[in-house]
Amino acid sequence: MHIMEGFLPIEHAVGWTIASAPFVAYGIHAIKKRIAENPEQRMLLGVAAAFTFVLSALKLPSVTGSCSHPTGTGLGSILFGPAAMAPIGLVVLLFQALLLAHGGITTLGANVFSMAIIGPFAAFALFRLAQKLRLSFALSVFIAASMADLLTYVTTSLQLAWAFPDPVSGFAGSFVKFAGIFAITQIPLAISEGLLTVVIMNAIRRFNPQELKAMKLVSRSEVNA
Amino acid sequence: MKRHQNLILLIAVVLLAALPLWLVQKPAPDADGKQAEIFAGADDQAKDLIGTIAPDYRQWFKPLLEPASGEIASLLFALQAALGAGFIGYYLGVSLTREKMLREFEKRDREGESGQC
Repeated sequence: MHIMEGFLPIEHAVGWTIASAPFVAYGIHAIKKRIAENPEQRMLLGVAAAFTFVLSALKLPSVTGSCSHPTGTGLGSILFGPAAMAPIGLVVLLFQALLLAHGGITTLGANVFSMAIIGPFAAFALFRLAQKLRLSFALSVFIAASMADLLTYVTTSLQLAWAFPDPVSGFAGSFVKFAGIFAITQIPLAISEGLLTVVIMNAIRRFNPQELKAMKLVSRSEVNA
Repeated sequence: MKRHQNLILLIAVVLLAALPLWLVQKPAPDADGKQAEIFAGADDQAKDLIGTIAPDYRQWFKPLLEPASGEIASLLFALQAALGAGFIGYYLGVSLTREKMLREFEKRDREGESGQC
């Protein structure tokens, strides 16, 4: 989902940066407040950030014959709310943009928007919805994390289609082409991310039931079960 | 059961990553005898697509720092993954030890009480 350095027209680059900035600022505020009120959750915040570090470094092969990587933002979004993932995603993307020439400074705003804003908000909303529908905890986590991953790449495709509409078929035609590269490739990876998020969530559920209860993610009966 | 669930999920992830390597056939070399590349990065393919859709577009900003080679890039990616995995491993280690110590405390407490009776 990394739009390469210099590959968004200047207006788009500036626009996405302005759009992402308030989310990052609010996210930093939200994290500070959460940790001040619940210092015992610091360890889990580290786990959420570390999970994003690992998953976004893993370039996995896909059935389309190309490689892409998961995002790892679903876990943190479920635990700490979607806003918290904006600054964490920014750190990961900045590391890759500065040291790896993967993504870029000019496209940082757009990449933060897809990976660290749209993905986490989708994860949060879908997790809540799945819980309302009384789906099991593990299934809710799976749906939230895998769809956050997939929707991140759909967003990247939309961003690129908006910046580079096809001369013949326009925005829609261009979107289909970019989605063919990003979204289709991403389907098996999104499933992998969903499964891995369930694995780590199982561990958190076993070792930190108190914290999960404080976050109102699981009820008392579920923890004891 | 939980242990088994995690194991099954991890095997599924490994299969999802390994199956494409086996399923995707390398396309035959084109007319010039050039080997087609497979499992290239999707990001690079998108860059090529931009070149097809908007041939006049010029990259207006270059990365400040590019890894000197593919090896250096993979070193940095490995470093990123290692940092993350290291922390998760630390968390799991701390948690397991804490759980074990709690259990031992409870056991000692119970033995202490029964001794007093």
